[in-house]
Formats: sequence, C-alpha cells, structure tokens
Amino acid sequence: MLEICYYPGCTLKSKAKKLDDCARKVALKLGVEMKEIENWQCCGAEYTTGSGEIATKLSAVRSLDYAKKHGGKLLTLCSACHNVLKRTNDAMINDEDMNFRANNYLALDERYNGETQVIHYLELLRDTIGFDEIKKQVVKPLNRKVAGYYGCLLLRPGKVMQFDKPESPSVLEDLIKALGGQPVVYPYRNECCGAYVSLKAPDLANKKSSAILDSATSFGATEIMTACPLCQYNFEKNCGDKIKVTYFTELMAEALGIDE
Amino acid sequence: MNKELQVKLLNLMSNTDAKKCMKCGKCTGRCPSYDEMDLKPHQFVSLIAQGKIDKLMESKSIWVCLSCMACVERCPRGVAPANVIEAVRDTIIKEQGNNGVKAEDIPPIIDETVPQQLLVAAYRKYNR
Repeated sequence: MLEICYYPGCTLKSKAKKLDDCARKVALKLGVEMKEIENWQCCGAEYTTGSGEIATKLSAVRSLDYAKKHGGKLLTLCSACHNVLKRTNDAMINDEDMNFRANNYLALDERYNGETQVIHYLELLRDTIGFDEIKKQVVKPLNRKVAGYYGCLLLRPGKVMQFDKPESPSVLEDLIKALGGQPVVYPYRNECCGAYVSLKAPDLANKKSSAILDSATSFGATEIMTACPLCQYNFEKNCGDKIKVTYFTELMAEALGIDE
Repeated sequence: MNKELQVKLLNLMSNTDAKKCMKCGKCTGRCPSYDEMDLKPHQFVSLIAQGKIDKLMESKSIWVCLSCMACVERCPRGVAPANVIEAVRDTIIKEQGNNGVKAEDIPPIIDETVPQQLLVAAYRKYNR
C-alpha cells in the first residue's frame, strides 16, 4: 500500500464531504492510503498575485513543509487548494523575496525552499496508478455520456500548474473512458464558472455557469463532473434540471463498485 | 500618496512588465468577464504602462475579474493583465473602509448550501 500525505481543505470537511469520502475509498481500492496531514490550516482558497502578499500564503507553506518532512509529496483534491498550494510552492522556489520573508516569519527548523511535490488526485490517477489499471478495476461501467469540467484552477497558469495542456486538456476524458463512460468534449470545459463572484454578483456567476452547462448539454451531455466544490456549487445553483452535476470521485466510486 | 510613487507601487505589486505588451488584445478576447467591464484587461495593461492610473482606480472592472488567469495564459508576451487588475483592487481595498465584502451583509445573501470555499475566496479577493 502506497502512503501519501493528503491535504483535504476546509470545504471537503463539510459541504463537499462526498468528494473527499469517495476519493479516500477509491484510493484504498487502488492501493493508495491518503494520510491526512496534522494541523492543516485553510489554504486561503484563492492565490493572491500581489508581490507583497506573504501573510496570505503562510498557511500553505506550513502544510508544504509538513509534507516535506513526511515523504516529500502532498496530495490535493480540491482544485482551489491545489492551485494555491502549487503556486505557493512555485513562489517559494522562484520568488526570492517570498522565500526570504516566509522563512523569516515561520522560523522553521530548516528553511523551506519548495522541496515538496504537490500532486493533484487526478495526477496520481494518471501518472502513478494509470488509467489502464483503473479500467481493470471497473465493475460497473458508467455507460453514459459524461462531460468533464476542468475550470480554471487545475489548468492555469499553465506554466506553474503543469497539470495538462491548458487549452486542450484530456485527463478527465481519459478518466471517463477508463470508467466505461463516453466523454463529451465541448468548447467551454476550461471556462470559468464565475467562481467567487457568486457572492457579490450572483447574476454574473449565473451567466458564466449557464454558458458552460449549455455548451455541455448542446454536445449531448446529461451529466457533468467537477473537481471543485465552488464549481459544483455554482453549477448546482444555476443548472435547473437540465444536467446532473457530480464530483468525479463519486463517478469513480460508482464504477468501481464502492458502496457509499 | 503622490502619483509617481503610486504608479511605481502598482507596477511593483503587479509583478509583471506591462511595457512588454504589443497590444494584440488576446487577453480581452479571452476574458470571460469582458462584457461586464468598463475598462478591459488590455486597457489595464496599456494605462499602467503609460502611468495613467486615475481611470484604473475608478474602474468597476476590479470587482468582476474572476482571477481565472485566462488572460495570463493567452498573452504571447508573458504579461499578466490579471495581476494588474488585482494590484489596483489591492490598492483600493487596503484603504480603511474600502473592503468589498462587509461581514454584516453576508448572512442575508447566503444559505446552507454555500461552501466555505466561496466565503474564504471572496474575502481573500475583496478584503484586506
């Protein structure tokens, strides 16, 4: 059994329990134990781009440093946590000022210089376990058209995230195929759902989410799968009954025959 | 604060070289919020490169940018328009009383389905 440090994030402990719960069970079935790191703190949900923004990233550095001392890898599942942790790690490597000030403040036993490898759950599936192996474990093929939704956080900025081709990704489609479903490729799959503007400007979020859902349904999808609780929320809020919105780990649990 | 210093600070906070812009407009073409914006992403870059920041500081665009990084991804010159927009917003919300989200306004607009992530993200982007 492969063991790996896991950062769940705040929403996966409450509103998005399904995303977390299914992921852990699926991972166990595939021979991976997700070891939740101790004393993790909220990552901040959004990466701040301002050059003087240090305090907003310190909690992410703490988690990265913990993982450095416990195997050197940090597994993420929520797209937002992944984006923040990965970009913060990149800043610790490439931004001298950030590195100096964060280390100065945290005063760790040993300086943290971005040694940890941040891995998203989908990257673990693709690069470590492999879709062929997943395919072998499928007992209940999905047998339906599913639209994979990437959104922004997994893909951009591409130079830092290095997750997939930012303009033409394929990992979700490959996963759907492995699970015995038919992936729907539609133009809006890497568009933004409206993200945090749904708090202040729900109409704008509605416009953005609806455009994506219309795009997916017009290409024949009856179900859309996400990797982010905020995308999930924006879609559920704005989809009416035209399409089903599911976390990708729920579909994995279904296809692998794991009871909830 | 004098204007020259403020231009310098904004450039520093943006952490991007606006003068590299070749005005192709791809950032605005790709922006999912462009039709909600009074000033478009390419104008943020252009105006900051010229040091004309007054219009930027008054722009409503800073509240509709989704930080989706699509403009950054598309820029063929490695400029980050989203960073300029965020630097302007940061400058504004760092002044007392200018936070975009007020705690007392939250309870009436949310329900039990709102994920923590939404509140944390909105606070991170709109408040200091």
